[in-house]
Amino acid sequence: MSACTSRYDGALIRRLMELTQAGLPLVDNPWAWIGEQLGLDEQAVLDLLRQLQNDGAIRRIAAVPNHYRLGYRHNGMTVWDVDDAELPRLGPLLGAQPFVSHCYRRPRRDGWRYNLFAMVHGRSAEEIEAYRAQIRELLGEACRADEMLVSSRILKKTGLRI
Amino acid sequence: MDDLDRRLINRLQLGLPLVPRPWEALAEELHSDAATLRARVQALLDDGTLTRFGPMFDIDRLGGAFTLAALSVPEERFDAVAAILDGLPEVAHNYRREHEWNMWFVLGCATPEGISDTIARIETLTGLPVLNLPKEETYHVGLHFPV
Repeated sequence: MSACTSRYDGALIRRLMELTQAGLPLVDNPWAWIGEQLGLDEQAVLDLLRQLQNDGAIRRIAAVPNHYRLGYRHNGMTVWDVDDAELPRLGPLLGAQPFVSHCYRRPRRDGWRYNLFAMVHGRSAEEIEAYRAQIRELLGEACRADEMLVSSRILKKTGLRI
Repeated sequence: MDDLDRRLINRLQLGLPLVPRPWEALAEELHSDAATLRARVQALLDDGTLTRFGPMFDIDRLGGAFTLAALSVPEERFDAVAAILDGLPEVAHNYRREHEWNMWFVLGCATPEGISDTIARIETLTGLPVLNLPKEETYHVGLHFPV
């Protein structure tokens, strides 16, 4: 359990997640709708959502586009073997690039040398190759090796559940 | 898709404002009206342009456990191994990627023990070693696809 869980009523958050797992209904007043289901008034719902958003437990209440449908058919998981001492500077720098959707540090393993991951999306194979080149430029000499793993098939996509 | 749809998709990827009467606030911003915007979102969900509209929880922060993992699957066994992972509820996404490690998937469990149990189960079921790469630091998460 993470530290921030204890600040909330866990059962309430779980009900909120279940209630909105499939999405928020497109009603005139969504906060009042959530409140009716959870037994809270509208202001209490808004306060709770703001608190959750401030703490990062809710990123936003947003539309998730089907990126294939919008023409973003190419994605590459770029992986980089970067000097550990440089990661605190270079990780956030990569993350700030508009074409990077996710950027993480992950462990090295036997047979796996890459410790920095950046996911890039584009409308063509050339576009994501160009992004990879831009990242290589940004990393400079701190980068010892890299690869780009291009996805060629979605085998399963159900979304995370807990 | 017209200009209003495009502006709406771009704006809604940033999130509905957490203010009273949020659709009216958005309508003012986009020079439209609240009922029209909601009808547009419904139509974009119905035709598959949007996959979901709602709160995006960072379930890490709410006590779940996650990891990115990979398998190096011999070509002749690829579909059979994909079917095994398809049957496990802990496997959220699974992609083929063109690499020696050719199958990449995300595991989501209620607890860290759930993750190690699931990895052990996958290794037993497939007879293949799992490359387990949990994130150690997040530098950025934020999908934004301008249209």
